[in-house]
Amino acid sequence: MADPLLQARGIGKSYGHVEVLRGVDFSVARGEVTALIGDNGAGKSTLVKILSGALSPDSGEILLDGERVTFSSPESAHDMGIETVYQDLALAPELGSAENVFAGRELLKPGLLGRLGVLDRRTMRDRAREAFVDMGTDVKDIEAPVAALSGGQRQSVAICRSVMWADKVIFMDEPTAALGVRQTGKVLQLIRRVADKGIAVVLISHNMPEVLEVADRVQVLRLGRRVAEYRAAETTVEQLVGAMTGALEGKAA
Amino acid sequence: MTEIPASAAPAKAADETSGAGDTSGTGSAHGALKIAHRSPLRKFLSSSPAYMGLVLIVLVLLFSVLRPEAFPTTATGRNISLDISVLLVMAVGMTYVMVAGGFDLSIGSVLVFSGVVMAKTMSAIGGDGTFVVVAGMVAAVIAGTAWGVLNGVCITLLKVPALITTLGTMGAALGASQIMTKGTDVTTVPNTLLKITTSRPLGFSWLVYVAVVVALVGGLILAFTRFGRHTYLVGSNDESARRAGINVNRHLIKLYAISGALAGVAGAMSLTRFATTTISGHATDSLQVITGVVLGGTSLYGGIGSVLGTVVGIFIPAVLQNGFVVTHVQPYWQQVVIGFVLITAVYVDHLKRARRDRS
Repeated sequence: MADPLLQARGIGKSYGHVEVLRGVDFSVARGEVTALIGDNGAGKSTLVKILSGALSPDSGEILLDGERVTFSSPESAHDMGIETVYQDLALAPELGSAENVFAGRELLKPGLLGRLGVLDRRTMRDRAREAFVDMGTDVKDIEAPVAALSGGQRQSVAICRSVMWADKVIFMDEPTAALGVRQTGKVLQLIRRVADKGIAVVLISHNMPEVLEVADRVQVLRLGRRVAEYRAAETTVEQLVGAMTGALEGKAA
Repeated sequence: MTEIPASAAPAKAADETSGAGDTSGTGSAHGALKIAHRSPLRKFLSSSPAYMGLVLIVLVLLFSVLRPEAFPTTATGRNISLDISVLLVMAVGMTYVMVAGGFDLSIGSVLVFSGVVMAKTMSAIGGDGTFVVVAGMVAAVIAGTAWGVLNGVCITLLKVPALITTLGTMGAALGASQIMTKGTDVTTVPNTLLKITTSRPLGFSWLVYVAVVVALVGGLILAFTRFGRHTYLVGSNDESARRAGINVNRHLIKLYAISGALAGVAGAMSLTRFATTTISGHATDSLQVITGVVLGGTSLYGGIGSVLGTVVGIFIPAVLQNGFVVTHVQPYWQQVVIGFVLITAVYVDHLKRARRDRS
């Protein structure tokens, strides 16, 4: 692969006596969609939490652009250009799309009004609209409450929000789990476009055909270790399932 | 009921927006890429404050037609505005708390407590003059803020539900007031305070001006500032707010502190108006305030609401009350009518929510 943008080496994490991660290696490259798969309890969520700053590892190191980094909080990961799209999306249903995109990062008007805390709604709306158009999402009414959007549109809003703030890595936790076929297709296209912008996308998914459709590379976790790494174009669903369950031993691509 | 057709407007408005630009004419969500936004006017017209405002206008017109010589008069306007000014000040604080998904039952008792603290402070300093009155007012606001902070800390850090916390402080603040006064109202206030009561610039009591300023400032901050936006975010999805880097607990404590501080202001206003602490006169204040806030379209679940709506919602019961008096209907009907209007308003809100979430 090309130079890895984000690389984890020998990450270990235990909860009490339970060893969830036993020296996991993981790497993602700029402009690629890397799928992270594994059975329940393989340690996917724990690994993602560590790489997005929500948990700190017991051992191992994380390299971003070749330099060793430590994340003290999700905010510190955000500051380094790493965002996460959570499965529950964490959108505020009563607020509009633009308002959600700028949640916690509101822009203020210039001058005295800004110092009084007055929001620059027009600029926020325009920039959100720009981002939606740029990503080809069809959020029709940018002011309508997010609750009034379809599941796919909501997912798009959450993804566009992370694209606006991340220039390096975006983790997406089961982004299509709650969607129908049509909407899944749209979200997969969107994921592809995010990667084409030069961002490293980490896709966590249980849906193997979907993984093969959208990912460039697939990394398989089992029992707290990375057991296999494939190029998506050169693998099959059977192979992935075999690696996940331990029926097959995969080889690094 | 007027609000039912009006409430259908949001869905309709959205359809029209998509239909107008969609050349395929289907108006479906799968048309060509367009990102429109509804005109602010149309959005406003489909909101709860707008249709409750319509109800308010209809009521005013109705009573004016029924008793043209008695209802649309300066005296009625003066009475209604004076009646609601104390409630409105508390309702602004309640709007913030409820938009953030909280609840505050304690404000009526905090009002009483703050009034007692003000009266006691003024008599402790003794004498008369502007300084004594100002010191009393400051003490009232501090006392109210302290109860608010206590509410906020119990609700956020100790995780006691808002309903129970504020039910507790409702009892505690009233009891504390009675302990301080040994159960009898303080009725001696400085003459300066009485002068404030009797002066009426441009025909309106000072209390009305205070209420207008509080509503205006409170409304602008909620609608246009980052602080207001964070209030909506916390109420809409506190987890989302937390992940967006907002300190949710600190924000909530601030909101309860504001609610307490405004109850303190209301305590000072009440003492100014009646020249007595009226300890037993505010048992239902918080319920009246909550009724007004909910009538004005603020959601019990948080995330939705406005001070403009609250102003309308506080006006409606007062207009009914005064209207029934001038039309010789037993004013007790006001409570009956408001009770059912409240239920209807929340039902309609629920319907709108269900329609929206189904899509």
